[in-house]
Amino acid sequence: MADNLFKLRIITPERTFFEGDVSMVEFNTTEGEVGILKGHIPLTVVIAPGIITITDESGVREAALHAGFAEVLQDGVVIMAEIIEWPQEIDLDRAKEARDRAEERLRTKTPETDIARAETALQRAVARINVFNK
Amino acid sequence: MASMRDIKRRKGSIQSTQQITKAMKLVSTVKLQRAKSNAEKSKTYFHAMYETVHSILKKTKNLDHKYLKSGETGKKAVIVITSNRGLAGGYNSNVVKLITQGSLKNEDLAIYAIGKKGKEALSKKYEIAEDYSDCIEEPVYAEAMRISARLLKDFEEGKINEIYLAYTGFKNTVSHIPTLLKLLPIDSGDEIMADAGTEFSEEDDKVLMNFEPEEEEALDLLIPKYITSLIYGSMIEAVAAENGARMQAMDSATSNAEEMIDKLTLMYNRARQSSITQELTEIIAGANAIS
Repeated sequence: MADNLFKLRIITPERTFFEGDVSMVEFNTTEGEVGILKGHIPLTVVIAPGIITITDESGVREAALHAGFAEVLQDGVVIMAEIIEWPQEIDLDRAKEARDRAEERLRTKTPETDIARAETALQRAVARINVFNK
Repeated sequence: MASMRDIKRRKGSIQSTQQITKAMKLVSTVKLQRAKSNAEKSKTYFHAMYETVHSILKKTKNLDHKYLKSGETGKKAVIVITSNRGLAGGYNSNVVKLITQGSLKNEDLAIYAIGKKGKEALSKKYEIAEDYSDCIEEPVYAEAMRISARLLKDFEEGKINEIYLAYTGFKNTVSHIPTLLKLLPIDSGDEIMADAGTEFSEEDDKVLMNFEPEEEEALDLLIPKYITSLIYGSMIEAVAAENGARMQAMDSATSNAEEMIDKLTLMYNRARQSSITQELTEIIAGANAIS
């Protein structure tokens, strides 16, 4: 098991969110979901709102990851996250409200509606709700 | 010797100045505590961002991206982060000196000012392209985003061809380092300079970086984030450094005032003593004359 470990650092503007040896990390990118194990080819990805799953020796942990980018190297991963939250930090009611607002905006769209913005807002809210309910 | 009344008046005025400097010191100490904890929290991100972007670009060869080559035309842009208020010792003038006496001194510069003091000092010699002085009061990420969007737009339009960042780095409470950082374009020559002191494995750099989505698209997203977070990080560090510098300046002003008051007190007491002696001599002389 110990051979499969690699270093993961998740850094946000406010804090170092996570730092440690993990065996696998999965998250959502603009091109779809990825799972990263040790020895991955160097890769730079842009993050899309979704759930990040961190697997280490003590078990599996999940968090809601919303924006940023990640640099994957053969022996480590650095995630520069803009927003990331553990489930216990999420305000479920607020997330639900945000989801309803975003859906409403997409439904009643007018030419002025910023669709990309509404869609990311929706994705974010859904990611929050999913992480919370797990 | 000055009269007693003069000395007393002088002492009074120094005392009230001392009260002001003392109060200002206390205020900036409190502000420093807050700014310092902010700076320490965001420092990791700020430095990691710089390192990560440089490490990504080092592993990429033959880049042809609009943000990564310097344009033919245009000025060099400098974002100058200073404070809106004075009385902070050499804090503002050190940043200004970095520009007027550093490697950029003879260039045609466009100044993007964050902080009134730097703007005022540089407006005589250079063109002030934009003034964002309000954001230094309380740096927020959204403001940094606005500034970086403006800079990147000017960069794309060819108004500016290089972007530098001049700010004061906050190392600890007493040590602040005026820093000039080149933001764009990021070229390999600079990276070697930046890495001169550190060891990095050659092997690692030969492995080519892959991008998902495409290189171009990924960098389009990544570089604005990079610029924004560097601006934000340096704003936060600058605020901490400003309060640190002001605290030091006010501390030495307070102790200087203390020293002056001590000296004046001594002078006052001497003057008082000599006037009493003189009065006594006069009375005795008067009494002697009568009897």
